[in-house]
Amino acid sequence: MKLFLEDGSIFEGESFGANAPAAGEVVFTTGMTGYVETLSDPSFAGQIVVGTFPLVGNYGVPSSELFESEKIQAAGLIVSEYSPTYSHHEARGSLADWLKASGVPALTGVDTRALTKKLRDRGVMLGQIAPHLGEFVNPNRENLVAKVSPKEKKVYGSGPIRIIAVDCGMKENIVRSLARPEVTLTRVPWNYDFSHDQYDALVLSNGPGDPEMCEITIKHIREAMRDGKPILGVCLGNQLLALAAGGSTYKLKYGHRGQNQPCIDVTTGRCYITSQNHGFAVDAKSLPSSWEVWFENANDGSVEGIRHTSRSWRSVQFHPEANPGPTDTAWIFDDFLQELAGRRRITIKI
Amino acid sequence: MRPKMPKKVLLLGSGGLRIGQAGEFDYSGSQAIKAMKEEGIEIVLMNPNIATVQTDERLADTVYFLPLTIEFATKIIEKERPDAIFLSFGGQTALNLGLSLEEKGILKKYDVAVLGTPVDTIRNTEDRDLFVEKLKEIDVKTAISRGTRNIAQALSAAQEIGYPVMVRAGFALGGEGSGMVADPKELREKLEEVFRNVDQVLIEEYLGGWKEVEYEVVRDRSNNCITVCNMENIDPMGIHTGESIVVAPSQTLSNFEYHMLREVALKTIRHLGIVGECNIQYALDPMSHEYRVIEVNARLSRSSALASKATGYPLAFVAAKLGLGYTLTEIKNSVTGKTSACFEPALDYVVLKMPRWDLAKFEGAATRIGTEMKSVGEVMAIGRNFEEVLQKALRMLNVGAMGFTAQKNATFSIPNYKKEIRFATTRRIFALGEALRSGVTTKEIHALSRIDMWFLDKMKHIIDIEKSLKQKRLDAPRLLEAKRNGFSDAQIAVIKRSTEEKVRALRHKYGIRPWIKQIDTLAGEFPAKTNYLYVTYHGSEHDIGRGVNQVAVLGSGPYCIGSSVEFDWSCVQALKTLKREGSNTIMINSNPETVSTDYDMSDRLYFEELSLERILDITDFENPKGVVISTGGQIPNNLALPLERNGVPVMGTAPENIDRAEDRHVFSKMLDRLEIDQPQWVELTTPLAAKKAAKELGYPVLVRPSYVLSGAAMSVAYDEKALMKFLKRATDVSNDHPVVISKFIENAREIEIDGVASKGKLAIYAITEHVENAGTHSGDATVVLPPQRTYLETIRRAKASAKRIVKELNITGPFNIQFLAKENHILVIECNARASRSFPFVSKVTGYNFIDIAVRALLGKDVHADYHTVEIDTVAVKSPQFSYSRIKGADPIHYVEMASTGEVACFGDSYSEALIKSMMAAGFRLPKKNILVSLGKEENQVKLLPSIRTLSEMGFKLFATEHTADFLLDNKVKCTKVYKMGRKNKPNVSDLLASGDLDLIVNVPERALARNAEDGFALRRKAVDLNIPLITNRQLAESFVSAFHEICTQKIVIKSWDEYRAT
Repeated sequence: MKLFLEDGSIFEGESFGANAPAAGEVVFTTGMTGYVETLSDPSFAGQIVVGTFPLVGNYGVPSSELFESEKIQAAGLIVSEYSPTYSHHEARGSLADWLKASGVPALTGVDTRALTKKLRDRGVMLGQIAPHLGEFVNPNRENLVAKVSPKEKKVYGSGPIRIIAVDCGMKENIVRSLARPEVTLTRVPWNYDFSHDQYDALVLSNGPGDPEMCEITIKHIREAMRDGKPILGVCLGNQLLALAAGGSTYKLKYGHRGQNQPCIDVTTGRCYITSQNHGFAVDAKSLPSSWEVWFENANDGSVEGIRHTSRSWRSVQFHPEANPGPTDTAWIFDDFLQELAGRRRITIKI
Repeated sequence: MRPKMPKKVLLLGSGGLRIGQAGEFDYSGSQAIKAMKEEGIEIVLMNPNIATVQTDERLADTVYFLPLTIEFATKIIEKERPDAIFLSFGGQTALNLGLSLEEKGILKKYDVAVLGTPVDTIRNTEDRDLFVEKLKEIDVKTAISRGTRNIAQALSAAQEIGYPVMVRAGFALGGEGSGMVADPKELREKLEEVFRNVDQVLIEEYLGGWKEVEYEVVRDRSNNCITVCNMENIDPMGIHTGESIVVAPSQTLSNFEYHMLREVALKTIRHLGIVGECNIQYALDPMSHEYRVIEVNARLSRSSALASKATGYPLAFVAAKLGLGYTLTEIKNSVTGKTSACFEPALDYVVLKMPRWDLAKFEGAATRIGTEMKSVGEVMAIGRNFEEVLQKALRMLNVGAMGFTAQKNATFSIPNYKKEIRFATTRRIFALGEALRSGVTTKEIHALSRIDMWFLDKMKHIIDIEKSLKQKRLDAPRLLEAKRNGFSDAQIAVIKRSTEEKVRALRHKYGIRPWIKQIDTLAGEFPAKTNYLYVTYHGSEHDIGRGVNQVAVLGSGPYCIGSSVEFDWSCVQALKTLKREGSNTIMINSNPETVSTDYDMSDRLYFEELSLERILDITDFENPKGVVISTGGQIPNNLALPLERNGVPVMGTAPENIDRAEDRHVFSKMLDRLEIDQPQWVELTTPLAAKKAAKELGYPVLVRPSYVLSGAAMSVAYDEKALMKFLKRATDVSNDHPVVISKFIENAREIEIDGVASKGKLAIYAITEHVENAGTHSGDATVVLPPQRTYLETIRRAKASAKRIVKELNITGPFNIQFLAKENHILVIECNARASRSFPFVSKVTGYNFIDIAVRALLGKDVHADYHTVEIDTVAVKSPQFSYSRIKGADPIHYVEMASTGEVACFGDSYSEALIKSMMAAGFRLPKKNILVSLGKEENQVKLLPSIRTLSEMGFKLFATEHTADFLLDNKVKCTKVYKMGRKNKPNVSDLLASGDLDLIVNVPERALARNAEDGFALRRKAVDLNIPLITNRQLAESFVSAFHEICTQKIVIKSWDEYRAT
């Protein structure tokens, strides 16, 4: 099996996943741990993931309740060295077995540094893992959110604070972060119309692809804004909130994918290390005057979070729920829940 | 609001290198100086380690080569009046000194602010009880520990904690009486014995077998906090992290574990309030998510130097900036030049650190490793899989290992491998290889060692590849697989019964060459500005192109006895001169504790093996115009000839001439031909011939192998039996090369010439004199410059001999010649056509940078000038720094084989002043009241009588052992007779030692040069273990007493290096 890129370059490797071809957008992630969480993150739908850390598979794969969704979402995996032997008390099987069972191809023995540098210099590219060159598929042309979003709504808990979470490909750890005894969390499909539901706040999840594909969701968000509901967005949710507010988004050259992105809270100057996985970003200049940049990337200055100057509407581009990655910004969920609790005059244990 | 920037800062260094505190603090101190210089701060540095880069000219504004004691530090503060002080860049020594300055109110009195982590925070991390208390406040778990004062208390504590428990005898030396206890019965038995000797016993939760993980944490005053690196010990809990093989980043931790521990790290460090850099160590249960915080080091450490080199993140530099009041977000990542320093490096490679031990140097020293550090240095290997870095690191040690397996040398075969796996020794890694080769399952090895299965499976993979190499044809895919898993050409040659050259040729025929990759802190996400490089077989392209106009400098490899910061200093000077003279520089080195491997020291840094294969890989790619092999000590020196044979342009003295100096036999013949006197010598052919020759020369004789550093396996034999034993050792060490036996001349003095020559003509030289007579290795000797007791005529003769040797060997570059001097007679004993360990000393004392001159000579510049190196108005003394307290069971006597781990040097207006300061800088404390004297052999007693009488007249209370006491009393010197330890009679030496009242022990053994295990050994060992100053050499004892009589500390003036030079 080989990796073919749209610029004509070919990377040879040894297959260790499913013996099936795959096409998608090739992206790299610089996280040194967390391949289980990364592969099962729905935001990676349609993407062939290149791990820059050379050793993958070391601690096997745990049982599925520790995944970020029920299955591998990425289209393929490219590594420098797959470790067929693994060791961990939580491991239930090997990474290769998981990939095979999920029908996802993977290559080992690739110069992932050379590949990463190519993606850095030329921007993300379309690619395919296959024995022979076939058709390139641009996943951003299809509505990936519709593909990964659930078909049914699901309710967690029965607390007084009612939150609707729009699942555009939501990582399980967002659910874990919000599901507290005081909360009733209703997880709804991406196109679910919640305007007639009784709820206190809206959460917009992460998800794959181009945010502009989610027109219906944006329309629903605008309705929630009209009703004055507090909103918290994460990753794709950040882009959707910006679009709903009247701003615009653009595609980054090679995105931010990793666990070491420094983000500065512009009001306090405090810097947080964040987990990230996004190819699109909010254009700061496009934001209406009632909105402000909340977080800024310390490396390239891109928008990492926005909020309304008077309303309780906010969102972040990074992943406060971590998994994989640092837990520095978990307080964003806590703050949001505290605020909701305050509105209902209840106390919430953080 | 940013705090006010200090104007003048006192920086405390770490002193002489010793086990547990090595060259890493030269790195951290140098970076701190750079960080402060950028701010225009006036820097006062206190560090008696003259061989460091940080004490160089043009770095700190004022340098004090003085003992790191509270008295001297106070005087410096009084004189310099700095407005702030940095405590965290000079290891535990600086930290402890800083704490006492604060405790004694000195800092407050002179209004000196502590930069970085506040003193209270430091104290909270240093005091066990306070530490546990602080962490409890934020629900962070520490190992459960209960102090108990009797068996009943201990049993109940153990019951509460749950068996097995760890028993630690409180305050017992050397961890005596510590260990794991499985049940109440065993505990009772053990404690009955232990409580006889100690008052308090700690019963602790047993964490043996838990994973040991550490994080390097950085925090600024605005509470931004990041972890720069995490590291996982391959050897689980129970083995000191300095003794463990360590990988970075962690390899067996899941995302949850990695970030759980990271979160605890941030929470803890914020709560403690550290500003700057620190390290937090954990134990992690391999079967659950349970963890314990073991400790926090609130300062730069060995681990932080390693983390800095492993990631490319300049930790010490950043820590200094944070201490000055910057926040992380205000500092740029110096590797990319544009991204923020407030980030966590992403590695796209694996790093492995391997400790370097040197215990073979000490007869009787235990090779078991455990909770105490014994290693003297370390190496760091970078690669893209575990097998590659493991094998690389083992070769980097330069102990003769080919890698993990396929050894050439019999020392790496371990017959009782299971025992050494279970009870770890310094050879455990080789025992693991032996076990796997013998078919022991990884499961069984795991049960014995508790090493994680992941690591063991990778080790087994290496053995599996070895097997397949052995059985099958060496085709291209198989060779590539071997190379990707870290096999060297030489190692493959051992397996295939071929030669390194043939394997290399075959590899090139197949087109298999390694790739050069860059370390950029961001895994390729952003382009890097610096060229920090490693070499790997996992790749398909180079990260960089070939450089232009380059000169490569070969580093010194791991610190070990005989090779320490001096050589790194020389390499750094070489890099600086090369750059100044217009060349682009390449540095190749494998030692993370060095300044030469700083990202901004060279244009290209290859963190790589100093092996023929790897250097050829690099020179094939870079095609430098020259390679400097004469500044890194013995390792590069030994590569000169093989490199030249492979067409590499070796700069300076021709390699065949370097070889003529190294080969004892050839060199001795050459001296005969030049009619230069030398001790009578014979080359060894057979043991029988050796016996005969030794008889003719007359005992004692000196046995010397060739091509070795620090007198490895060099021995003085007083009889035939000893001769046979030493011959065997010598041939083990240097099998391919001849051994020479020469007459050992007793009571001769030793002098050395360090110099630089150009095209066979002497350009500059310095003569130093040893305080101790010949027989003490030059690295262990106390060295004086300018000479105090050597006649001008002797100096003239030595210089004349040196000139002839320099001419004959046509030396260009640095060299060192050692002489014996008896009356005016001069005998040459050794010549090295490379920089010696005394180059920094002679450079800093004479004011001429010998390496700068040498490198210019290498470049073909005219370096002849009118240098004044003999008439110097001040006196400098260099003293050895020993680490005997860390090497249990070793005899602390001077010997022909080197034993010191570092050195210090101090200046004085007189010899006496310099000697006293220098001895104190190496940890010697001046006696206040009670001195014990024990002298073997009448000659020692007679010769030392005047000195002992002086001590008595100075009012010291003298104790002496049996014969010595009789002798002193006969000579009307008042003393108390005490019986030797072996006897039951009272008063006994044992009681005297136990009383804790002894300030000094002078014990000169009967045969200073024969290794002897008698009563004297027990006494010397006790002195070391009880931290009582000890002098074992007659000449040093004489010099000390006369100096001590002349000088009392009150009279010692505090003068900076500049002030001495101004005179």
